[in-house]
Amino acid sequence: MTHDRVTYDLVVVGGGPAGVAGALTAALAGLRVALVDTGTRLGGQYFRHAAEPKPAPGLARFLRQGRALAARADVLLGHQVWNVSREPDGGLTVHCLTRRPAGERAVELRARRLLIATGAHDRPLPFPGWDLPGVLTAGGAQALLKGGGVLAGRRVVVSGTGPFLLPAAAGLAAAGARVLGVYEANGGLGLARHPLLALGKAGEAAGYTATLARHRVPYLTRRAVIAAHGEREVEAVTLARLDRDWNVLSSRVVACDTVAVGYGFVPQIELGTQLGCRTRADVDGSPVIDVDAAQRTSVPGVWAAGEPAGVGGWRLAELEGRIAGRAIAADHRADHRADQRADHHTGHPADPPPVFARRRERWRAFGAALQRAYPVKPGWQGWLRDDTLVCRCEEVPLARVREAQAMGATDARAVKLLARPGMGWCQGRICGYAVSCLAGEPPQEPRRPVAQPVTLGALASLTHPQTPATPQDPGDDPAH
Amino acid sequence: MTFHITVDGRPVPVVPGQTIGAALHAAGVRSWRTTRFGGRPRGLFCGIGVCFDCLISVNGRAPERACLLEAEPGDEVTTA
Amino acid sequence: MSDVIVVGAGVVGAACAYYAARAGLDVTVIDRGPVAGGTTGSGEGNVLVSDKEPGPELELAVLSNRLWRELAGLGGFEFEPKGGLVVAETEEVRRQLTELAVKQDVEHTPVDGPALRDYEPHLAGGFAGGVFYPQDAQVQPMLAAATLLRRGADSFGHGTLRLRLGVRVTGFIRSGERVTGVRTSHGDVLGDAVVNAAGTWGGEVAALAGVELPILPRRGFILVTEPLREPLIRHKVYTAAYVTNVASDSAGLETSAVVEGTPAGTVLIGASRERVGFDRTTSVPVLARLAEQAVALFPALREVRAIRSYCGFRPYCPDHLPVIGADPRLPGLYHACGHEGAGIGLAPVTGHLLAQVLTGQRPDLDLHPFRPDRFAKEAS
Repeated sequence: MTHDRVTYDLVVVGGGPAGVAGALTAALAGLRVALVDTGTRLGGQYFRHAAEPKPAPGLARFLRQGRALAARADVLLGHQVWNVSREPDGGLTVHCLTRRPAGERAVELRARRLLIATGAHDRPLPFPGWDLPGVLTAGGAQALLKGGGVLAGRRVVVSGTGPFLLPAAAGLAAAGARVLGVYEANGGLGLARHPLLALGKAGEAAGYTATLARHRVPYLTRRAVIAAHGEREVEAVTLARLDRDWNVLSSRVVACDTVAVGYGFVPQIELGTQLGCRTRADVDGSPVIDVDAAQRTSVPGVWAAGEPAGVGGWRLAELEGRIAGRAIAADHRADHRADQRADHHTGHPADPPPVFARRRERWRAFGAALQRAYPVKPGWQGWLRDDTLVCRCEEVPLARVREAQAMGATDARAVKLLARPGMGWCQGRICGYAVSCLAGEPPQEPRRPVAQPVTLGALASLTHPQTPATPQDPGDDPAH
Repeated sequence: MTFHITVDGRPVPVVPGQTIGAALHAAGVRSWRTTRFGGRPRGLFCGIGVCFDCLISVNGRAPERACLLEAEPGDEVTTA
Repeated sequence: MSDVIVVGAGVVGAACAYYAARAGLDVTVIDRGPVAGGTTGSGEGNVLVSDKEPGPELELAVLSNRLWRELAGLGGFEFEPKGGLVVAETEEVRRQLTELAVKQDVEHTPVDGPALRDYEPHLAGGFAGGVFYPQDAQVQPMLAAATLLRRGADSFGHGTLRLRLGVRVTGFIRSGERVTGVRTSHGDVLGDAVVNAAGTWGGEVAALAGVELPILPRRGFILVTEPLREPLIRHKVYTAAYVTNVASDSAGLETSAVVEGTPAGTVLIGASRERVGFDRTTSVPVLARLAEQAVALFPALREVRAIRSYCGFRPYCPDHLPVIGADPRLPGLYHACGHEGAGIGLAPVTGHLLAQVLTGQRPDLDLHPFRPDRFAKEAS
């Protein structure tokens, strides 16, 4: 099948719950939709699943949505979006990369509207030894298990802060790992009165709690892994008791082969900041994309749903995706009416029905309450030694960060310019939060015009008129 | 049905749909490159394509993220 | 009370402060942001003599080149005297390049087509030849600026160089017809002389003093690749088109990429040139052009990934020369800005000459071509 270069009514970036819900809602309303995702299967982080999916809460429904979407839209898997830009004619170009046996290929999608549903990634904090193999993010351990059925290790310590430690630990324990403990750096009242229970996710939390109890996994608060030890891999960790600001009260060394750590999440908002979307500070001070009641950003034609609009979990993400999809469909209809009549762009975006809006408020309040219950406290900076790497890519130790500050680097960007943290492969996604804390400022909006590495060959190919984007190339279909 | 890829010439089993990173991890290989300054070992960290710790060369191509790349029969992986 | 207040903690301001302190003056450096937060932190670090037409800017560049080599002895920042290779696509261009090199009267070696690979083994085939300039060099400008500021404070006795970061200049203090200090967001700072080293924002600072300085931003994008295991590129390499673009008056996009490796292992490709005001929006077509030119020079880069890009605003004047020296319209005010894309390279000479002026010495080079009031005369 070949067609002239199409302009999609909507391109959705991200194949998790928000993206799929948004894309499906818009496709069902008759819009020409493409959904782009890096992965080889839909799901995002929460609904990540193996080629032969195992039952998981909500997964069957999600997979049904994914099948319905694939029948009505172009689902472009294995496509990394590295840039979205505004064209002189007002349309948007979504610049993707896809891997081919002959090399990387650039794919340009034209879109009238964009939905940013790019999710979030774990927020790690540096500590001595955190770059040893065997130290993974909690999400990384989850991804191995959900996506490949692989256990991250045999003797595992789970540490960090936030409710996500519970499913990560429960998943590992249920799959046969010996989970030595869940070490929650913040306080609280223990598992029996975990905020997840108090805030009404009783069923879900009870499930994790029961799993941890069944496998005799202790859940201990005001404790954290503050160092990992080993030669080529993790062989042991230092576990510390912490005060309320996370200063170390006492510590002991425990043998283990794997550590799963997570200190909350970093929403992936760089496609929004590329387009100039206004941001706001989330509960924890991190920048997220500012959206209105219809999930519309400050930039015309651009919506955001899920974690990029504020961390709140998959239920909120899916709901926001649906709300965005409805609003996008209404915008599409308004444009079509405007083609015939002159009252262009006077209408408001379709606000969500009250029942959706109320439910969204509930989930947002829930997400905000969790963020407030599990803040990052400054005491972690005392866990670092001079030689502890802050930036893993450029191998920048704490001492070099401090030296840059002494030389006049008064903010995180200047620290980066003088000492190179965040200049490497990951562009500060992993160390950015820590560097901001060390520089004494809240995390700033990411500036990542090249959001994914792109070969110079693929980039250079964009100087020539492109062959039409043909997601349905014979034998080239990456979907499912 | 599992198939095999080779890692530095050694066969490593893969369950279809697994990433190169997952297959290596399952085979007990937890690091496959060293850093350019300190020579420190690196493998999976974020597991979802964000940190680039797990870069690996497959079939002689420029390094790619092992956590994103689904293994295919016949893949030849070289560690650094 | 300082002898000199330097407005701007970029590499030019740092060099002015360093040389002034070395000359025994008491210096205060003020910047609204951190060290090297403006154009210094968004350039390539070019220290070039090869791209200058014969004339006053080339004289600055040659002296500055020598000064950079001296400063490199301070340590604390990367300085790579790697040399620059300018390549020509055609025999005609090669001949013009060679003629230019002779007129420039700087160290150079004409290179014929087959010998290009002796300089750059991975260079594409088919070039007619080129010219090698051994004096061209690369400096890490942010660390260089920070080092100059630190050494200015350290080496010549404490208190000779004070750094006031996060402080915004809001106006000038006058006594009669003379500038005697600046008003800032954090109170007044008094000094005998004020040096405007605000780079692209030099026109705004001048306006606060009530004088006009026509400095405008020229946007440049730079692409940075992933770190390479083995160095692929030995020198600064660019095509002859770069020389004509540097001197161009066109407002439209021009790209003639300088391609080079860095000690961090990355390859820098840039910069483009556009006059579009202070617009940071990334232009994919510009990045694509840079990539195309880099691949045309070094085909092996085709499979190498760009991992980031950044842009900066180079300060340019209508005649493409910097503004250096005392402002005759306002005693006590001095300027050291408007270096366009050559600010890193020309920073030491600018600081050196200005320190000579501030201490009443005769400057090593004639500053007439760089006088601050030259634009007003042209207009009237």
